[in-house]
Amino acid sequence: MSQPVVTIRELSRRFGSRIALDRINLTIPQGAVYGLVGGNGAGKTTLIKHILGLLHAEEGMVQVFGYNPVADPPAVLSRIGYLSEERDIAGWMRVDELLNYTRAFFPDWDPVFARELLDTFELSVNQKVKTLSRGQLARVGLLTALAHRPPLLLLDEPSSGLDPVVRKDILGAIIRTVADEGRTVLFSSHLLDEVERVADQVAMLSNGRLVLNDSLDNIKSRQRVVTVRFLHELSHKPLIPGLINLDGSAAEWKYLCPEGTARLRETATSLGAEILEESIPSLDEIFEGHSRRP
Amino acid sequence: MQIRLDASDGVPIYLQLMQQIKYFIATGRLSAGEQLPSVRKLSEQLVVNPNTVARAYRELEQVGALATRPGAGVFVSPTASPLAKREQHQMLIDKIDAVLAEARHLEMTAEGIVQLVRQRARIVP
Repeated sequence: MSQPVVTIRELSRRFGSRIALDRINLTIPQGAVYGLVGGNGAGKTTLIKHILGLLHAEEGMVQVFGYNPVADPPAVLSRIGYLSEERDIAGWMRVDELLNYTRAFFPDWDPVFARELLDTFELSVNQKVKTLSRGQLARVGLLTALAHRPPLLLLDEPSSGLDPVVRKDILGAIIRTVADEGRTVLFSSHLLDEVERVADQVAMLSNGRLVLNDSLDNIKSRQRVVTVRFLHELSHKPLIPGLINLDGSAAEWKYLCPEGTARLRETATSLGAEILEESIPSLDEIFEGHSRRP
Repeated sequence: MQIRLDASDGVPIYLQLMQQIKYFIATGRLSAGEQLPSVRKLSEQLVVNPNTVARAYRELEQVGALATRPGAGVFVSPTASPLAKREQHQMLIDKIDAVLAEARHLEMTAEGIVQLVRQRARIVP
């Protein structure tokens, strides 16, 4: 096995009294496509900033390609293609000026590939950055993240607020990145159907804690959503230890079972309840379940 | 090959892919010996992880629906037709099971369903 691209051990971060990250352990192996999900303020961006070396690990350890990203930024940043939700690009530059400027930071910049991406994304080099539409700006950002063919592509909410066409460009770029040379991708998104299509590993943050970190295959093979009909109507949520009550009313309630349905079946049998339906949950349902967990 | 995937459905995407390719073979929309798009091409077209497409192809190969010719690509297996018959039956069986489950809730017998099927067969051309 080659060395993991990202290794995070017991990473915690506080902003004032608020815990933004709580003892995070995460290993991203080479070639993985990691989807990072979680609600607003869950800690996704804070985690990504630690990988980029924009935040220093106050507690715990972060290594990227074997380096400490704060102590050795050139070793880390030259290997990362980064696209954030906030596109803080100098507005007065023209697209070609911006590309030349960015190129200076990356010895591995591939001008032929950059040209190719310009054509694919239908960008004009003469245009001023500040006159670009939101979608065009995202494409320029994506181009600058890809053109040095980084071994790690790091995308923070790349498709947030974009129309479906631009979103498809961005996801397509992730897919080509992986298909081409087995590069590693970490992208955060609140669009879970996107994550389900593109990621092979999913990490879920909730209130700074990593509540789920597994391959999509494992998640899909273990987790189930089950609808149960109890003998009587219930006025309050019937809780079953180890299971997450998703919703329901009266006699019919829906549960997320994180580790198979054996326990639910036992409980149901002992209560004389009937299992009406069992299905594989979508990431949306899993996410909802983990956010409702007390 | 027009595949439709639904990530909110819960069914793993490689399974959705497998089911639809099997369905296309069963219904003749893909014929024996026909070439399928490459893993890379299909993953870009559908915007899914290439490993997912590769897995669906691999598992379809294991059940004999597809065959890889090294250097040439992935093809519908020339012997895919006996499987197709079975698949055709399976598709109907799945639907019949759903109807039976529904009928049980309505406290309807299998005999009643058969009668309904005969009735519909006369109306639906």
